[in-house]
Amino acid sequence: MSLDQVSVPVAEKPLRLGKHVLSSRLIVGTGKYANYGLMAESLAASGTDCITVAIRRERLIDAQGRNLLDHVDTGRYVLLPNTAGCFTADDAVRVARLGREILLGLENPGSDWVKLEVLGDTKTLLPDPVATLAATERLVADGFQVLCYTTDDPITARRLKQAGATSVMPAGSPIGSGQGILNPNNIRICLEYLKEGDPEYPVIVDAGVGTASDVTIAMELGVDGVLLNTGIAHAADPLMMARAMKAAIEAGRLAYLAGRIPKKLYATASSPDEGTIAPAKPR
Amino acid sequence: MTHVTILVNGEPRQVAADTTVAALLGELRLDPRHVAVEVNLELVPRGAHGRRALADGDRLEVVTLVGGG
Repeated sequence: MSLDQVSVPVAEKPLRLGKHVLSSRLIVGTGKYANYGLMAESLAASGTDCITVAIRRERLIDAQGRNLLDHVDTGRYVLLPNTAGCFTADDAVRVARLGREILLGLENPGSDWVKLEVLGDTKTLLPDPVATLAATERLVADGFQVLCYTTDDPITARRLKQAGATSVMPAGSPIGSGQGILNPNNIRICLEYLKEGDPEYPVIVDAGVGTASDVTIAMELGVDGVLLNTGIAHAADPLMMARAMKAAIEAGRLAYLAGRIPKKLYATASSPDEGTIAPAKPR
Repeated sequence: MTHVTILVNGEPRQVAADTTVAALLGELRLDPRHVAVEVNLELVPRGAHGRRALADGDRLEVVTLVGGG
């Protein structure tokens, strides 16, 4: 058998997030790159087809008139606008509507969804679960597909799904912290609750991954995808890290589908126990 | 010509009375496809930019997309 024959198609099926179908299970943010050129190259190297963007006041005096949109091929990527920086449900709803308006103007398919962030404070950037739930209800009523950034608390995750969230996106650890998946058991319980009787319900780990192994660990737990930004943008070599993250998504997804062996306390020999030569001295 | 004072992204600005949102974006040399506009906390859809006249004291948010996670 040749290597080609044994290779497994990595995208065994596309990632479905509400009405959107993505070929990559990696969603990448567009913030914090040293420059737009490096951002564009890193996005391409990551293999993603969905990128997050933020909504901010237009700088009314910018001599160079630089705009993110001059450096992003909006025909290639589905844009996922976020409500980052919002600390109340009211402001998150306003920002979601402003983002939708811009994406409608761009004729980008991402105009029907939003990555909802309603933060509790600036130090932790942890979500305010009460305000997140309230904003989810209002945005769902307004026709949005809502992808909810939340903590890894399974009870909150379940409430957000019940409120109509298209996807629940628990953080592995605080935004930009690079601490990885701090509580894999909570992610497991989130998966159990959210996928109970609804195995296709998408769960994304959003935030906190620092390097490729963090992404692989998340995928091995059985989440449907990973959303990250800083891990690539602030790596010493973002382009190389983008490639690593792409490989990590594929490795973790394959390992999850393949089914890992159970962990055991004692060793199990890989070579046959029988047919060994006679020992020179009795054992 | 009478002028009104509006607040654009927190900055006071004098514009001619009856200036529309579309005219303001033109004055600011902004590509209307790249921005969204809110007046007094309410979104003004792109299709209404040419009809929405600004009044004294109106508070505008003019936003665009930036890099984010």
